[in-house]
Formats: sequence, structure tokens, C-alpha cells
Amino acid sequence: MNITHPESLIFWTVLVFVILLVLLRKYAWKPILGAVKSRETSINDALAAAEEARKEMQNLKADNERILKEARAERDSLLKEAREMKEKIIADAKEEAQEQGSKIIAQAKAAIEGEKRAALAELKNQVASLSVEIAEKVVKQEFSDKDKQLELVGNMLGEVDTTLN
Amino acid sequence: MSIARESVKFIAFLTLLFSISVFSQEHHNNHSEDGSEEAFDPTEVIMHHISDSHDFHIAGNLSLPLPVILWTDNGLVTFMSSEFHHDEAGEVVVDKKGMKFVRYHDEIYYAGANGALDFDAEHHPANDRPLNFSITKNVFTLFLAAALMLLIFIPVARSYKKHQGAPRGLAGFMEPLILFVRNEIAIPNIGKKKYERYMPYLLTVFFLIWLGNLFGLIPFFPFSGTLTNDIVFTGVLAVITFLITTFSGNKQYWGHIFATPGVPKPLLLIMIPVEVLGMFTKPFALMVRLFANITAGHIVILSLFSLIFIFKTAAVAPVSIAFALFMFVLELLVAALQAYVFTLLSALFIGQAVEDHH
Repeated sequence: MNITHPESLIFWTVLVFVILLVLLRKYAWKPILGAVKSRETSINDALAAAEEARKEMQNLKADNERILKEARAERDSLLKEAREMKEKIIADAKEEAQEQGSKIIAQAKAAIEGEKRAALAELKNQVASLSVEIAEKVVKQEFSDKDKQLELVGNMLGEVDTTLN
Repeated sequence: MSIARESVKFIAFLTLLFSISVFSQEHHNNHSEDGSEEAFDPTEVIMHHISDSHDFHIAGNLSLPLPVILWTDNGLVTFMSSEFHHDEAGEVVVDKKGMKFVRYHDEIYYAGANGALDFDAEHHPANDRPLNFSITKNVFTLFLAAALMLLIFIPVARSYKKHQGAPRGLAGFMEPLILFVRNEIAIPNIGKKKYERYMPYLLTVFFLIWLGNLFGLIPFFPFSGTLTNDIVFTGVLAVITFLITTFSGNKQYWGHIFATPGVPKPLLLIMIPVEVLGMFTKPFALMVRLFANITAGHIVILSLFSLIFIFKTAAVAPVSIAFALFMFVLELLVAALQAYVFTLLSALFIGQAVEDHH
């Protein structure tokens, strides 16, 4: 093919192309690309926000779980403490009761001992006074054989003493 | 099933139209030569078919006359191309403003005093010719493509203003194409920071070339003119890419051409001419690649149909049609592919010019 009158197509191509470029740039490409770009941005933002929300949700859930776990642990420790305290109280009470009991027993024993001693002393006194009375009577009745009678009284008292002890 | 049948019907229809257009072209051509039946010359038919013309041939003897605009010694002269009465042999003389014009093989010359052309030894007209700014078939196709682009993309842009959200209708169809140019061509080659400035050019060039290619594949009026099988048109686009590349070139780009890094000083004597030559070979390759791809496809299809006339039998027709159909579908692919390649390489060259560092 021959290239004929190239100036016509060159002229018109440059003219039409430049006009087309200017018109399309202003009325088509810029609005379209702008709209597409802003849509892309909004989609990306929405996706990022959703991701953020998901993460937050996860954090919240983890927090909840942690709090629940802590609460459970606290309850367990409280229960354990209470049990220990109960056992301690019981043990303490037992110990005190035992102490008290043994103290009372000791006191009772001491009192019994005291009474016994007092009774013995009383008895001894009575025996002594009885003996004195007896001796008086013996003295009164058998004033003659005084030595023989006293020896007899002494022997008799010794016998009484051994039986009492 | 019915879809398949429909598409077969559609393809058959297209093939029919295509063959009609070639038939009538051939018919018309023989008439215009000297009115008598002569031996079929496929080269003549094909070359005529893919060349620019002052008339837009529609069918049979029906043509759309287009305005002839001449810048002559006496100023602007305009008339309709029908005044040449389809003459391409320099025989019909048109008299305007006291000047005589003849048309010889699509070129308009000043006629000599006797109303005829003088020929030199190689049988080329020796007459002067006025500057010719006619609305030829290709210029008409350019107007049509530009108008269609405005009609498609401005409403698409409006629809974005009307409703936010997902694109609808035509916008839904166009948006992936626009995004393709942005995401697959502009951003990877020019870079995320600088691509936006060049998007309008890349988009315009992509769709103009694609439409120009597709128009050539539609075999009936007002299409059938192929913008991109004219090397002048592809040349202008290549020059625009070259200008954009050159004026966008940063320090890095010029530094690479005139002081290629890592090259010893004496070698620069060789490297600078090579690099400068490279600046021009790139757009030159753009021009030739697009022109040759589209023209070759048309020549192959027309040659296949010419077989019918060369063998002078309709029995070849099924073979011709089958092969032409294959070529036609291939051309549909090539139409988009070449638009993609031209835009991609333009973006690549611009990207090299604005690149910051390696």
C-alpha cells in the first residue's frame, strides 16, 4: 500500500486524539478512577474495621475467660482456707478442752488429797482425844497399875496407826 | 444448545456479510478501473481494501462521499469526494477557485493546463499537490471511534456519581477493563506512586486502539474502516508515547542514556549513539508492530476470499470461509492483544523514564 496524503490523518489524529484525551480525562477517567479508588478505600477500611472488631472480640473473650479462671481460683483458695480454719478451730478446741479437763482433774485430785489430809488430821486428833479419854478412864479406874496400863495403851495406838495407813 | 445454535447463526451471518463486502469491493474495483471485465488481481483488490480512501464504500456502487479539504496556493478549497465520480486515474477534473484538481490513486494533484497529469520516468505523477486535510475513510473511522468512546465512557462516569457501591450496567462491563489497564499495565510498569498521571493517556490509547481494531473487523457501514492498519495513525500514537516518555524522563533516565553507569569512559563513544538510537527504535517498533499485526490479519482474510476468484469456482468457498472464519476469530483476539501490547509497552517506556533507582 502507498501512503497517500499523510498530512490529513496526522492532522486529524493529533487533533481528535488531543480533544478525546482532554474530554475523557475530565469527564470519564478521573471520575471513574476516583470512584473506583474511593470504593476500594472504603472496602479496605471496612475490612480493617471488621478485623479490628474481631480482634477486640477475641481479646474480650480472652479477658472473660481469664477473669472466670481467676474467680474460680479465688473460690478454690477461699474454700481451702475455710476448711483449714475449721480444722484448726476444731483442733484448738480439742486441745483446750483436754487442757481444761486435765486441769480440773488435777484440781480435783489436789482437793481430794487436801480433804484426805484434813480427814486424817481430824481422825488423828479424835483418836488422840479418845485415847486421852480412854486413858483418863483407865487412869481413873486402874490408878494403881499405872505403868502397865500406859504400855498397853501405846501398843494399841500403834496397831490403830498401822491399820489406818 | 440453543445458545450454540444462535452463535453459529451469528457467525454465519458475519461471514456472509464479510464475503458480500469483499465481493462488492472486487466488483466495484473492476468497474472503477476501466469498466470492463479483466483478469482478477488480488494484490490490487487487497491493497485497495486496506488503503485509505476519499470515499467510504458501502456496498455495490453505493458510496458515502466524504469532504475533501485542500489547502491550496489560493487558500482553503472544500468539496465532496463524489465530484471525482470514483475516478482514481486522474481523468475527472474538478474545477474550484480557478484551479483544476485530479485524483490519481487516492492522491489529489493540481492538474496541468491541459487538465491532465504529467508522469515522470517511473510513471509517478510529477505534478504538485495541495496539502490535503480531507476527511478520508480513516479520519471518518477515527471520528466514529472517538464519538463512541465519549458515548460509552462519559455515561459510565456519570453512573458512578449517581449510585455509589457496586458498578451497574455498562459500568459493570467497563470497570474490569479499566481496572485491568490500571492494575496489570500501569501500576506494575510505572509504579504505584507515579502511575496516576499517565492513566488518562494509557486508557485512551488502549480503548482507541481496541475500538479501531474491532471496527476493521465489522464488515459493514459505518465500520469496516480500520484505523490501525494505517501506519500514519499508529505512527502518530507512537510519537505521542515518545513525546510523553521524553518529557517525563528524569535525571536517572538521561543519565542512563548519556552516562550509562558502570561503563568505562571510552566505551561511551559507542554507548551514547546506541542509547540515543534506542530512544527512537522503541516507538518505531510500537508503530510497526501495531500496523503490521492488523494489516497482516486483514491481508490473510482477504487473500483467503480471493482464492474463490483466483480459482474462479465457488467450490473453494467453504474452504475459504472456514479458514477466514478461523482468521476472523484470531483477529478478534489480536485486536485486544495489540491494544494491550501497545499500552503495555507505552507504560513500560514511561516507567523506564520515570524510574527512581534500580
